[in-house]
Amino acid sequence: MARATASDNETPQNPVPKGPGSVAYRLVQRAMQQRELTVVLVTLFVIIYFGIANSAFFTTANIITVCQYLASIAVIAFGEVLILSLGEIDLSAGAVYLSSPWFMYLFWTHGMPIGWAIVAAMVCSAGVGMINGLITVWLNVSSLIVTLAVNYVLFGFVLIESNDIQVDMPGQTGHFSIIFGVGAWSTTLWAAAMMLAIWALLKRTRFGLHVTATGGNLLAAAESGIRVRRVKVWCFIIISAASGLIGILDAIRIGSINPGSSGLDTVLPGIVAAVVGGTALTGGRGTIVGAALGAIFLGVLEDGFNLIGVNANWFYLAEGVMILVAMVANTQLGTVARRFRR
Amino acid sequence: MTEEISPMTEAESPLVEASTTPDATLAASDVVLEAVGVTKRFGAVVALRGIDMQLRRGEVLGLVGDNGAGKSTLVKILCGFHPPDTGKIYVEGKEVSFRSVADARGFGIETVYQDLALVPQLTVAQNLFLNREITLFGKVGWLSAGKMRRLAKKYLEDIKVEIPDIDAEAESLSGGQRQAIAVARATRQNAKILLLDEPLAAMGARESALIVDLVKDLSRNRGVSMIVIDHNYTHLFELCDRINVIQQGRIALDQQVKDTSVEELTKFMVSEYRRELAAGQQLLEQ
Ligand SMILES: Nc1ncnc2c1ncn2[C@@H]1O[C@H](COP(=O)(O)OP(=O)(O)O)[C@@H](O)[C@H]1O
Ligand SMILES: [Mg+2]
Repeated sequence: MARATASDNETPQNPVPKGPGSVAYRLVQRAMQQRELTVVLVTLFVIIYFGIANSAFFTTANIITVCQYLASIAVIAFGEVLILSLGEIDLSAGAVYLSSPWFMYLFWTHGMPIGWAIVAAMVCSAGVGMINGLITVWLNVSSLIVTLAVNYVLFGFVLIESNDIQVDMPGQTGHFSIIFGVGAWSTTLWAAAMMLAIWALLKRTRFGLHVTATGGNLLAAAESGIRVRRVKVWCFIIISAASGLIGILDAIRIGSINPGSSGLDTVLPGIVAAVVGGTALTGGRGTIVGAALGAIFLGVLEDGFNLIGVNANWFYLAEGVMILVAMVANTQLGTVARRFRR
Repeated sequence: MTEEISPMTEAESPLVEASTTPDATLAASDVVLEAVGVTKRFGAVVALRGIDMQLRRGEVLGLVGDNGAGKSTLVKILCGFHPPDTGKIYVEGKEVSFRSVADARGFGIETVYQDLALVPQLTVAQNLFLNREITLFGKVGWLSAGKMRRLAKKYLEDIKVEIPDIDAEAESLSGGQRQAIAVARATRQNAKILLLDEPLAAMGARESALIVDLVKDLSRNRGVSMIVIDHNYTHLFELCDRINVIQQGRIALDQQVKDTSVEELTKFMVSEYRRELAAGQQLLEQ
């Protein structure tokens, strides 16, 4: 009733408290329009919760632990934002992350200086991405299957090369090591640098716009003359190179590499971080900031559950439920937000 | 079907007479775009069975035909999206073989695709400049987003297309608005040849009048040659100089608009339809 009269006879001199135009309304409107809103809220919630629940949470040592844990998740997530924006998926990024230190180790044991061994390993990682991309676009195989297969190939390669024996990483001393992984903030800063680079690439360059166009409407992108296949291959190369680099840095930080780790267990948190952050699985919508927040969310969850001493058996259950809550909140808020977006 | 010199023009000056015999005295350079024996198949489907078509300088050529006749396929070959299976394409009398849409664009060929080729998640401005972005630092391709926004806004105002918000995502626009943006994108480029595949399909009366005026202006005042596909004969007769009917991948009729009428064209289409129906029934009965 009140609504009908408000719209029937326009009364701008009579401001409705929550009506369009009021500052508060516009602030809410702006906030609602951000795809990252949900993940900001849930991340703040878990940070506050664990901060209150355990006094050790806000110590420097713990914050470093959280950051070191989430750096790799975040970098893989940034790569996945590119790939998901294309409407593709990369399940091999975890295996690339795990195998690139092995590539580096092999080059190093064959006499290459450590700096060059890192470069060579990154070239190998980028090559894996190129193979993922080329098979996907030229042989028209689903990227889900291609990258899953490549994930197993890399896993097998590591097992064969290592004889299933853990080895120590080189590069543990000197300034070099401080920059490349050993310094307390090293991997975090590298991840932050990659975040900035990939954000700029996606949101500020022609290439990034073409990524969004390719994932948003493949035919339209092709009809406007965008070389959609080339765009896709480059994105697969970028995610692999980034995952390979952070893999090497993490291996130097930890000091040893273990051949038995599962690539899927490594890549899936990255994908979850990207999607919880607001990137669509269907292509055309990606947010790097959201992915960073998603990674923080997962990192804080893992760390917080450890701190408050959740029984290991309960850990995965709790983590799974929290991810579900975040995703449901995402879609629910999304419907509300659309009303604000008009 | 070819036009003879009409008595009326004969009575006028010899100068005019010369220019009213298009087929006979046509200089090669008066044909800006030509298809000769163009065929195209998609797997088992034969879309084009040998198209011979000429587009003359400054001319508006209407292309009509049933759904699936091959109109869009022809356009997509002329704009470099598909390569033809066989046959040749000439631009300004020179044989060309486009390797991409960008290639054809280099010859001044711009296209409005039937599906509009808009990306729903991109803004109006981003769609207007899709794959022709204004960038800084050359190869790096840093986007001049602000400049593109301003130019997009100005251009849309210039051609009187009303889009409330230049930053709105294409997804949130009406069908007619999307169509207007697709047309604006093609007309913004100072094209020499415009290919318009059903540019008015989803438009209301006001919007189509706007686009018809825009297209007319480009043709009359800027000498742009164009091919227009549309199902609305009234629109076509208003816009076009000549009409080609395409049927089952072939040009079935080539007629100057001044020599025919909406009724005649409709009659032709219906009789062709009856003939096909009868032929189909005969096939069934056998
Ligand atoms: N990319 C494609 N792949 C397979 N078949 C196609 C493709 N494009 C068009 N066709 C087929 O070619 C024929 C002509 O289509 P089209 O040129 O779109 O016709 P029109 O635009 O006249 O309606 C139709 O049978 C259509 O199904
Ligand atoms: Mg069509």
